[in-house]
Amino acid sequence: MAAERAPVGARLVGRYAMLAAVAFVVLFPVYTTVIGALKPAGKVLDNPLLPDSFTLDVLRDAWTDGHLGRYLVNSAVVALIVTVCQVVTSVLSGYAFSLLDFPGRNALFVGFLATMLVPLEATLVVNRRTVGELSWLNTYQGLAIPFAATAFGTFLVRQAFLGLPGELRDAARIDGAGHLAFLRHVAVPVVRPTLGALALFSFLSSWNQYLWPNLITTDDDMNTVQSGLRALRQASLQTPNLVMAGTVIAAIPIVIALLFFQKALVRGLTAGAVKG
Amino acid sequence: MASRMTARQRWRQLPAALALLAPSIVVLATFVVYPLIRAVDLGRRRCDVNGQNCRSNGWDQYWDAFRSEQFQNALWVTVKFALISVPLGLVLGVGLAVLANKTLRGIGAFRTIFSSTVATSVAVASLMWLFLLQPDVGSLANVGWLNDLFPIIKRPGLLRDSGTALWSVALSSVWAGLGFTFILVTAGLQGIPEDLHEAAAIDGATGTRRFWRITLPLLGPTLLFVVIVLTTRAFQAYGEVDLLTDGGPQPGDVTTTMTYLTYGSNSLIAADDGLRATTSVLLFVVLLALSMAQLRLLGRRVHYGGD
Repeated sequence: MAAERAPVGARLVGRYAMLAAVAFVVLFPVYTTVIGALKPAGKVLDNPLLPDSFTLDVLRDAWTDGHLGRYLVNSAVVALIVTVCQVVTSVLSGYAFSLLDFPGRNALFVGFLATMLVPLEATLVVNRRTVGELSWLNTYQGLAIPFAATAFGTFLVRQAFLGLPGELRDAARIDGAGHLAFLRHVAVPVVRPTLGALALFSFLSSWNQYLWPNLITTDDDMNTVQSGLRALRQASLQTPNLVMAGTVIAAIPIVIALLFFQKALVRGLTAGAVKG
Repeated sequence: MASRMTARQRWRQLPAALALLAPSIVVLATFVVYPLIRAVDLGRRRCDVNGQNCRSNGWDQYWDAFRSEQFQNALWVTVKFALISVPLGLVLGVGLAVLANKTLRGIGAFRTIFSSTVATSVAVASLMWLFLLQPDVGSLANVGWLNDLFPIIKRPGLLRDSGTALWSVALSSVWAGLGFTFILVTAGLQGIPEDLHEAAAIDGATGTRRFWRITLPLLGPTLLFVVIVLTTRAFQAYGEVDLLTDGGPQPGDVTTTMTYLTYGSNSLIAADDGLRATTSVLLFVVLLALSMAQLRLLGRRVHYGGD
């Protein structure tokens, strides 16, 4: 820890005042949205910076009339499908690229890595057409399957498997279905922390997807939270506090998740940066 | 070990390997490789509003699109957006991290607050800022004394004035990314050995001097990583524009970034899959050039503390 020594007296008070002021500025957009969401309809523009009236009615309306409940379920389903698929496909391909040896392995692995250079934004015009041809518009599979495998996940799991002790890796020199048993009982349990980080990362990325669900969702029942907020925005001039309430509801699950997973998330975020 | 295998053993493992790789290969081929190749072909065509009957317009379409006023504007808007949001996000993130890097009672609460914006998706963050800045129903626009001080907040509104719109969108984006930068820089700061600071302090170095001479150089790798992530995000920013300005104000497409030009519902080319493919391929080329530049930058020497 390179934290500075604690100041004393007047400097201490100054420090806290500064921290509090900055914290207020950082939270200001959250504050105005939350107090707006808690005001009764029609009172939201009177004193926009003061919490002078309180009701939970608008939050309830956003949940039902604003369809936030439905959007949250959709987001959870899609993010869970993506997470499970990504972990499974990454384990399988990461295993093949690390514990197996076969002709063309390195070339294929380079091909996998090259897909990381293709930005999402370069593929979605065609992916929308593909999903349309598969009749997957407005479906969970349309929202999730294009993200069911990633080179990043493969790379991450491969690195973890390469860290296994040599004796364990030798045991992988088996034939046929023996690989699945070996994976399940030996390899996967050892790299569980990596898989946890991958799962958290997949879930959050999927949950936060904005462009893709907007592109392939026209049926309001299939909106995720993110594309649902865009649909809800149309009401912002007539019922601004309903939209604010929707925004608050949309933020709550991830805030709660972060309170639980804060340490894991920080570790995941910083692993690439600090270790260099 | 796998590397000591004979050729025969390696061939015998091929079927199992392909079976294990099949799910990933199918997904990546269908949704990453194929769309890229198909987009290159589609990018020389013009399609009807249903995305059908795509007829070839020749490869010149790429060059024409690149030189078009719309694309040049979008490219410039994107660059400006990055030039505003990356330095601002970096400086504010480092500032917050340095401010919170103290052993004080209750500092944990402040750290949680400073990292809290990682919990907001782009849609959540953008709507929060929409309700700050929107000139009719936004909070700031309905505070009397603030409007007397800065009439622009109400008329035409920060998101509708061509001089402030891009800055406002960038500010929302910076805010949304602040928690991420704070977390990374805080971790970087905590990796700096304390005895370095103590030794410098004994030698009489002031706090400011220690920051410039010790803290910043040792943060080098972290800061480089943050800059790369923030730049990439800035070039791909979409939701902020879509929710806050719809690419406007018009005329001038003041906040129409390359992604908004390609995907935005208010975009001039929204009805033509051919032209959208053209700009999405151009976007890919720009991002690839950016990645190459970043890799070169990464290859250069950065001070890695403790190595």
